[in-house]
Amino acid sequence: MPSKADSGEATGTWTLGGREWTSRLIVGTGGFRSLEQMERSLEATGAEIVTVALRRVDPAAQGSVTDVIDRLGLFTLPNTAGCYTARDAVRTAKLAREAFSTDWVKLEVIGDDRTLLPDAAELLTAAETLVADGFTVLPYTNDDPILARRLEEAGCAAVMPLGSPIGSGAGIRNPYNVRIIVEQASVPVILDAGIGTASDAALAMELGCDGVMIASAISRAADPVLMASAMRSAVAAGHAARYAGRIPRRLHAQASTSDEGLPELS
Amino acid sequence: MKVVLNGKEAEVPERASVADAVALSGAAETERGVAVAVEGEVVPRARWRDRVLAEGESVEVVHAVQGG
Repeated sequence: MPSKADSGEATGTWTLGGREWTSRLIVGTGGFRSLEQMERSLEATGAEIVTVALRRVDPAAQGSVTDVIDRLGLFTLPNTAGCYTARDAVRTAKLAREAFSTDWVKLEVIGDDRTLLPDAAELLTAAETLVADGFTVLPYTNDDPILARRLEEAGCAAVMPLGSPIGSGAGIRNPYNVRIIVEQASVPVILDAGIGTASDAALAMELGCDGVMIASAISRAADPVLMASAMRSAVAAGHAARYAGRIPRRLHAQASTSDEGLPELS
Repeated sequence: MKVVLNGKEAEVPERASVADAVALSGAAETERGVAVAVEGEVVPRARWRDRVLAEGESVEVVHAVQGG
């Protein structure tokens, strides 16, 4: 069942953060082997929104991710990757606002470096602080319907539940929770993290998500440009399938061919 | 005098500004997507030339990198 935030149409635009978008695929820029490969892959995804991280200026670094994003005319969504506390995440978001003249932030507050799972308490605190400061907050969250509701009540512009841990490629481990999150949300739901291959992205859309965020599954694929194109198709296919009205699952077969007029040949 | 620039001790002239620290960090002053925090507080680009650093202050100069 589509979320209430969706227009209910299989095609056309959707609204996130008060703006209209065509692509439902948001792409992370991390993990590509080169900027050149990143550029060709981003083009192949058809994405309009891409995430970047903020790190110390490195005088030895070659090329600029910002130049690539500008050249492709994409919308920069800064994240707070690597932040473990609400305080650090809020400071990083403020730096990002200054760096990119945007009040949008993909809020990540993680609990440890083994699971990279969100720290729910710190995440909610950071979200409340940033919303109060005028940010458009897109929080990376656990697949927890109650936390998702709390983040929406805090004023977040979307909720971004994980399918499975970041970079794990383990797909959507709890599709039931994702369905509950979708069912109750009145802001867009964007499946974030854990996508491994095209069928995972299609499933996210079939479950009713409004969009999918993918990084590693594209950037670390053997052929990132080809996978980028596969993900683009998967998101479109899953979105269309959800509105097409799938047949119910049955235990037994149901013939699609009628027995009427079957010749007697024995 | 000494300041801490991106985690490393750096020697800067007395009354050096944030703009001086940005130049020392390797970022171009006009580069899009650069931001600065001094002692954890963001210094807007418009104030980089006016904000004078004090001995021992910590300056972080950041920019966009590839990230999920």
